[in-house]
Amino acid sequence: MAFILKLLYIFWEFFQIGLFTFGGGFAMIPLVKETVLSNNWLTEADFYSFIGVCESTPGPIAINMATYVGASQAGPLGSVFATLGVVLPSFIIILLIAALLKGLTETKWFKGFLSGAQPVITALLLSTGLVMLAKALGYGGNFAFTPNYEGLVIFALLLAIVGAAKKFFKKKLSSIQLILISAVLGIAVCMIGEVLK
Amino acid sequence: MLWKLFLTFFKIGAFTFGGGYAMISQIREVVVEKNGWISDDELTEIITVAESTPGPIAINMATYVGYKKKGVLGSACATLGVVLPSFLIILAISYFLEAFMANKYVAYAFTGIRVAVAFLIMRAAAGMFKKMKKKPLPCILFGLVFAAMIAMELFAVSASPVFFILGGGAVGIIAYAALPGKEER
Repeated sequence: MAFILKLLYIFWEFFQIGLFTFGGGFAMIPLVKETVLSNNWLTEADFYSFIGVCESTPGPIAINMATYVGASQAGPLGSVFATLGVVLPSFIIILLIAALLKGLTETKWFKGFLSGAQPVITALLLSTGLVMLAKALGYGGNFAFTPNYEGLVIFALLLAIVGAAKKFFKKKLSSIQLILISAVLGIAVCMIGEVLK
Repeated sequence: MLWKLFLTFFKIGAFTFGGGYAMISQIREVVVEKNGWISDDELTEIITVAESTPGPIAINMATYVGYKKKGVLGSACATLGVVLPSFLIILAISYFLEAFMANKYVAYAFTGIRVAVAFLIMRAAAGMFKKMKKKPLPCILFGLVFAAMIAMELFAVSASPVFFILGGGAVGIIAYAALPGKEER
């Protein structure tokens, strides 16, 4: 019984995530972060690492996240419930729009809602990214900052590589390229750091 | 036809990395050019709808195209197809990810990856910010929520972002209702 309740709870948490993320992709990260942290489903560092995994495996990030968090909490059945939860709102809404409410997204109520929700989602995403960067560089919470030298060096090198790619090759590096480059940088910089210590 | 819908979207789900907009060009290739299931105009319409409705764009597209071709059953097959590859891959990964992460060099790699992920999120947010209308209302909402999120992080307070999204939406609706006649705000 407790297990069934847990499955339903996971379903409900991911249903809300599916229902409130407009724009897809990264837009859902702030919501997932709040959900997994407030339920103690993953640590903050594990959550950030897992976004890296999601970016390097195929498919929508939302599905990857739901499957993984579900599996970590309640095994394969947990993944099924979490994934179903995150997919169902879009599925139902698109069906309704395709079948009955063709003009829904053109109404002023809907446009009004979006015009207010979009800047909020942008702010949520930017603040989440900033907090993540601060933590990767050494912010430990409670106004305490102990510089993480490896993180700082990796960040500087990454910016240099992105800048160089843009300037010399006129090329915007894709997510997966950046993940691969940063993984190599991480291994190299941390090994050098280990030797220096 | 149901099987073909499933298989087509299964392939789309299996071979698009990064999700979201990366999937659109691939979906277009298969759905418009190769199979002629929908026209380019219809695709543009679907993208507009997908952008303004919640959920991953790939799911929205699969549901819509499936419905157009074969009704509710078609949309179920297409959606299942696009979801299944990620689901299976991540489920398989979840069994050994923890052991994998315990490896020293993998942990080093993830030290780097976390920095890249923060960079990617900020790049995505910057892209959204560029598209945002620079009118007073969106700018105020953006500023308020951004300040609130940073303050909450500093003082270790947490609240569901859903309330911010609903609040922003409510303000948007009120602004539309209170200031009739003006299209752009």
